[in-house]
Amino acid sequence: MSTLIFEKSRQGRRAFAQAPAAMADVDWPEHLLRQDRPRLPEASELQVVRHYTRLSQKNFSIDTNFYPLGSCTMKYNPRACNSLALLPGFAGRHPLGPVSHGQGFLQCMYELQEMLKAVTGMVGVSLTPMAGAQGELSGVAMIRAYHVAHGESERDEIIVPDAAHGTNPATATMCGCVVREVPTNGEGDIDQAALKAVVGPKTAGIMLTNPSTLGVFERDIITVERIVRGAGGLLYYDGANLNAICGKVRPGDMGFDVIHMNLHKTFSTPHGGGGPGSGAIGVGERLLPYMPIPIVTAKEADGKTIYDWLTEHDMPQSIGRLSGFMGNAGVLLRAYVYMRMVGRDGMRRIAEYATLNANYLQARLRDAGFELAYPNRRASHEFIITLKHEAKELQLTAMDVAKALLDRNYHAPTTYFPLLVPECLLIEPTETESKETLDNFVAAMVEIAREARENGTSFKEAPYKMPVRRLDDVKAARQLDLKYRPEDA
Amino acid sequence: MSELPGDLLYTSEHEWLRREDDGNVTIGVTDHAQAALGDLVYVELPELGQDVESGGDMAVVESVKAASDVYAPIDGIVVAVNEDLADDPERINADPYGDGWIVKLQPSGDIDEGALLTPVAYQTLLDEEDA
Repeated sequence: MSTLIFEKSRQGRRAFAQAPAAMADVDWPEHLLRQDRPRLPEASELQVVRHYTRLSQKNFSIDTNFYPLGSCTMKYNPRACNSLALLPGFAGRHPLGPVSHGQGFLQCMYELQEMLKAVTGMVGVSLTPMAGAQGELSGVAMIRAYHVAHGESERDEIIVPDAAHGTNPATATMCGCVVREVPTNGEGDIDQAALKAVVGPKTAGIMLTNPSTLGVFERDIITVERIVRGAGGLLYYDGANLNAICGKVRPGDMGFDVIHMNLHKTFSTPHGGGGPGSGAIGVGERLLPYMPIPIVTAKEADGKTIYDWLTEHDMPQSIGRLSGFMGNAGVLLRAYVYMRMVGRDGMRRIAEYATLNANYLQARLRDAGFELAYPNRRASHEFIITLKHEAKELQLTAMDVAKALLDRNYHAPTTYFPLLVPECLLIEPTETESKETLDNFVAAMVEIAREARENGTSFKEAPYKMPVRRLDDVKAARQLDLKYRPEDA
Repeated sequence: MSELPGDLLYTSEHEWLRREDDGNVTIGVTDHAQAALGDLVYVELPELGQDVESGGDMAVVESVKAASDVYAPIDGIVVAVNEDLADDPERINADPYGDGWIVKLQPSGDIDEGALLTPVAYQTLLDEEDA
């Protein structure tokens, strides 16, 4: 492990190039002045450059290697999105400045709302949610608000298929709802008999991830819609896997009332490690009055288009504000630039190539002897292989393969998720990878399996070449100790 | 092959039940369940005196891989919980049918054994899942 920047600190060492410009001499009241020096590290510019460059080299990132992490859509983030979002007019804009000073930014946000409506088939979009989880929270909060406003506050049950994202039941619980789980059949579709059995006068709605975390598109989506709608429930579309369908089919056309979109996945803004993200939501007519604020609106005045915020005043039934301002402006701008670059036709190509790459990789791995979890289904943008036979016969578990892949310079696919499939790897290649990369990944997988089968090689100790070796995740969960204490240094 | 005591009853959710002499029922998760979950790091137990309904959540077992609900296999009242699991959840891994018991219930009525699995029926279920 490397030393911390605090451990490199020496009193009085400075990086003068980064020193702030002289501050005006303000006569602060004595009681507002801190008495102790802040415990900040003191280091030279070169030390700081080396420290953070080294740390960044330990990072396993999409910029360095293939990153087929299922359900995360780790695709390439074009550099143009970054550079345009950092234009001084955007970066220097103060969120408390008057709207007349930020018309360009507001126009971008308005157009982003319009593009997202077009992609999803919804009639309203709010960019306010700061991340996928907040988008989900807004969605279920709107469903609750709808039922309460319609005098049906007893509707508090949210149906969640067992192939949904794990955040779905958490979201429903956070909104004070009761989760009713429905199982998935052997082909990866919702068990319709079970769904019919759970709907009723307490049904608030269903949260559906489609394509599901099993990597397949719900074939009975229209029937599911009829069953839930027939019981008086609303339909929530978890759009985390929108990459598989954008430009091809629209949740609005499937009859959904609300969708959240992870702009940081589908619309290619850097993510991982907890953000910043964007969980923009789209709604149908029923939920329009309840959208989180602020929302950007456009008005015509004196032959000109003026952009402004819709607030509590305009939307009295809104579920409210989710943050001090409006989402993560930088992430929203990157998504805007990405969508403008890709265009309407490109949107369709995203889904086509994401799906083609997943199906190619799935077929190659199947032909190489790996067992598919859903062999009869075409993959969406991701698919699952199960290593249950390898685990039993060769003691080669999904975790061992994941770690062995790291040594071969591939980020591990998602492991042990979804929970329905034993010893599974959920693999999402995304549309931005070349055929050569996919072929090389197959070769690495084949080599690992052959090593275990023919030479009895154990990968229990892998990875060997990473900055840290196999971590004791049980000890980390039971006795987590990450505290840095200066007095111990 | 996981261990499967012959004197217990089982559920398709991988729980076991032991009918005690005092009429109460001790419940835990099976050896197969603990092996599938992996090393446990946390167990959430119900309150004493809590009413539980057959099929409803009763406890949560959490490993580094996943958190899983433990369902009540019968209707009843919680009369004891295994407090040792709070500090020592790995007891379930080490001894799922003994020190790793989770809850004792006082059944609310007659136990419908037809709704539960015999050791042979549970073994058949495991074989099917394994196929």
